Amino acid sequence: MRTSIGDRIFGIANWLVLGIVAILTLFPIYYVVVVSFTDPTEYIRKSFILFPEKWSLASYRYLLSTDAFARSIGVSAYLAVVGTALSLVVTASLAYALSRKRMRGRNVILLFILITILFNPGMIPQYMLVRQLHLINSLWSLIVPALASGWNVILMKNFFDSIPAELEESAAIDGSNDLSTWVRIILPLSLPSLAAFGLFYAVGYWNQFFNALIYLNDAAKWPIQVMLQNMLLNADNTELQADAFMAPPPAETLKMAAVVTATVPILCVYPFLQKHFAKGTMVGSVKG
Amino acid sequence: MSANEPRAGTVPRAPVRTGGAAAWLRRLALDLKRDKYLYVLALPGLVFFLIFKFVPMWGIVIAFQNYSPFAGIGGSPWVGLEHFRRFFDNPDFMMLFRNTMAINLLNLVCFFPLPIVLSLLLNEVRSVFYKRFVQTIVYMPHFLSWVIISGLTFLIFAKGDGLVNNLLEAAGASRVDVLTNPHLFWIMLTIQSIWKEGGWGTILFLAAMASIDPQVYEAARIDGASRLRQMRHITLPAIRSVIVVLLILRLGHMMDVGFEQVFLMYNGAVSEVAEVFDTYVYRVGIQQGQFSYSTAAGLFKSVVGLVLVVIANRIAKKMGEEGVY
Repeated sequence: MRTSIGDRIFGIANWLVLGIVAILTLFPIYYVVVVSFTDPTEYIRKSFILFPEKWSLASYRYLLSTDAFARSIGVSAYLAVVGTALSLVVTASLAYALSRKRMRGRNVILLFILITILFNPGMIPQYMLVRQLHLINSLWSLIVPALASGWNVILMKNFFDSIPAELEESAAIDGSNDLSTWVRIILPLSLPSLAAFGLFYAVGYWNQFFNALIYLNDAAKWPIQVMLQNMLLNADNTELQADAFMAPPPAETLKMAAVVTATVPILCVYPFLQKHFAKGTMVGSVKG
Repeated sequence: MSANEPRAGTVPRAPVRTGGAAAWLRRLALDLKRDKYLYVLALPGLVFFLIFKFVPMWGIVIAFQNYSPFAGIGGSPWVGLEHFRRFFDNPDFMMLFRNTMAINLLNLVCFFPLPIVLSLLLNEVRSVFYKRFVQTIVYMPHFLSWVIISGLTFLIFAKGDGLVNNLLEAAGASRVDVLTNPHLFWIMLTIQSIWKEGGWGTILFLAAMASIDPQVYEAARIDGASRLRQMRHITLPAIRSVIVVLLILRLGHMMDVGFEQVFLMYNGAVSEVAEVFDTYVYRVGIQQGQFSYSTAAGLFKSVVGLVLVVIANRIAKKMGEEGVY
C-alpha cells in the first residue's frame, strides 16, 4: 500500500516526538545514575557530568557501609513483604465473599465501602485512632491502617465475579465447603490477578513516606523514603556519618547513590507489573 | 438439597413475604448457617473497614468541640460551628482556596490534554516494538515515590548544585532561582505531575483505542483519508466518552491536591503559594496540636470534595456515560 507524502511525514514526525518524550522521561534517571557512579574527585573538579571519565563505586560503598541506610532498606523490605501478604489476605478474602451474591448484607457492605472511597474524614481522626491503638512509633502503624483500600476490594470483587458459578457449584456437589473451595479452587485460579494486586500493594508499601513521618519517632525505624528525604531535602547526613568509617564523598554523588538504591527494587519489580497493566487488565484501577 | 437443582443461594432469591417475621428470622438463620464460611472469610476485611474507616468518621465530631486529648471526646466541651467560623474568617482561607484552585486549573489546562495527545501518537506508531518500548519508559515514573521525584527535582533545579544551574554557570550565565521562586512553584508542580503521570494516563485511552474495529480504519484508508484525518474522525470520537468521564471526575476532585507532592516541595520562600488545605491541616493540627480547628478545616474540604464528586458523577450519568459508581 503506497503511503502518501503527508502520511510519511506524519509517521516520521510521530516517531521523533515519541523519541523526544522517551528521552525527556529517561534523562533525569540517566543523570542520577551517571553521577552516582562518578568518581568523587572528578565530580568536584567538573561542575557537571554528562558522561563520567572515571567510574567509581565510592558513593555506594560509603552508603552501604553505614548502618542507618542499610537498616532503612531493611525496614522498607520488611514492610513490603509483610504488608503485602497481609493486605492480600484481607483484601482477597473480603472481595471473594462479597462476590457471592448469596451473602446476606452484601449490598450494605458494598455501599459502605463505596462511601469510604468517596469520603475521607482526614488526617486528624486517623492520627487519633492510631494513637489510641497505641501504634505510635510502631512499624505496625504503617501496615495495619493501610491493609486494604476500598478500590482494591471492589476491583478484586469484580475479578471474582468473573469466575463462573459452575466451578463453585460442582465443588459444592463434591462436598466442599466455602473455605476449602476458596483455598483449593478459587485461589489457584486467581494467582495472576493476586500477583498483580500484590505488586501494586508492594510498591505502595515501599513508597510510604508521610505515615512514617508522623507515626514514627525513632530514627532507627525509618523506612527508606524517610531516610531518603532526610538526605535529599534536608541535606542532613548526620544519621549516616554517625556510623561510617570512611570520609563521606561529596553530597551530590552520595544523594544520587541513595536515590538509585531506593529505586532499584521498584525497577526490578516493574517488568512483572508491566505484563499485567499493559494489557489493560488493571484498567479499572487507573480510573481512580 | 438435591444435586440436581442449582445450589441454593447461588441464584439470588427474590424476597418472599410469606410467613411474617418469624419465618424471615428463620430464613436468615438458615442462610447465615449455610454461608458461615463466607462470613469467616469476610471477617478480617470487615473488621479492618470497621476500625480504620468507620471509626475515624466519628472522630469528625471533635470539629464541633474544643477537644482536649486528656478529656477525650466524652469530656471535651461543645462549641458548635465556632471553629468553622474562625476558619472562614481567617485570611489564610482565601489563600488556601486560591492555591488549591490555581494548582488544579493549571493541572487541568496543561496536564490533562497530554495523555490524550500521547496516546493518539502512540496509537499511530506502526512498529509494535517501538510502541511498547516508549510505553515501558513513560509508564515507569508512575511507580516512583514523591520523595524520589522531589529529590530528582532538587538535583536538577537546585540553585546551589543543580544540573541546570551548573550548566548555566558553565555557559557564562548567572544562576537562577527556581525552587524558592514563588512565581515558578505552581509550574514546577505541574511539570512534576506531567513527568510522573503523563505516561500512565495513556492507559485508559489506549485501551479504548484498542477496541476500535480495524476495518473502519481500512475503509477510511481506501476512501483516501490521511492518517491525521483518520485520527480526527475515527480515533478521537472513540475515546470521547473516556475523555468526558475523566474530565468530569477531575472536576469532582478540584479540592484535592497531592499532599506529599506539595509537602516535599514546600519551603519558607514559597509558603504563600504552596499552602493547600491538606498541608494546612497537617501544620495546624499535627504540628501545632490544634486538633479541633484543623479537623474542622479538613472536614470542610472533605465535604466540599464529596459534594463535587457526587455532582460530577450525576452529570456524567446524565450525559449517558458511566460514572465512578
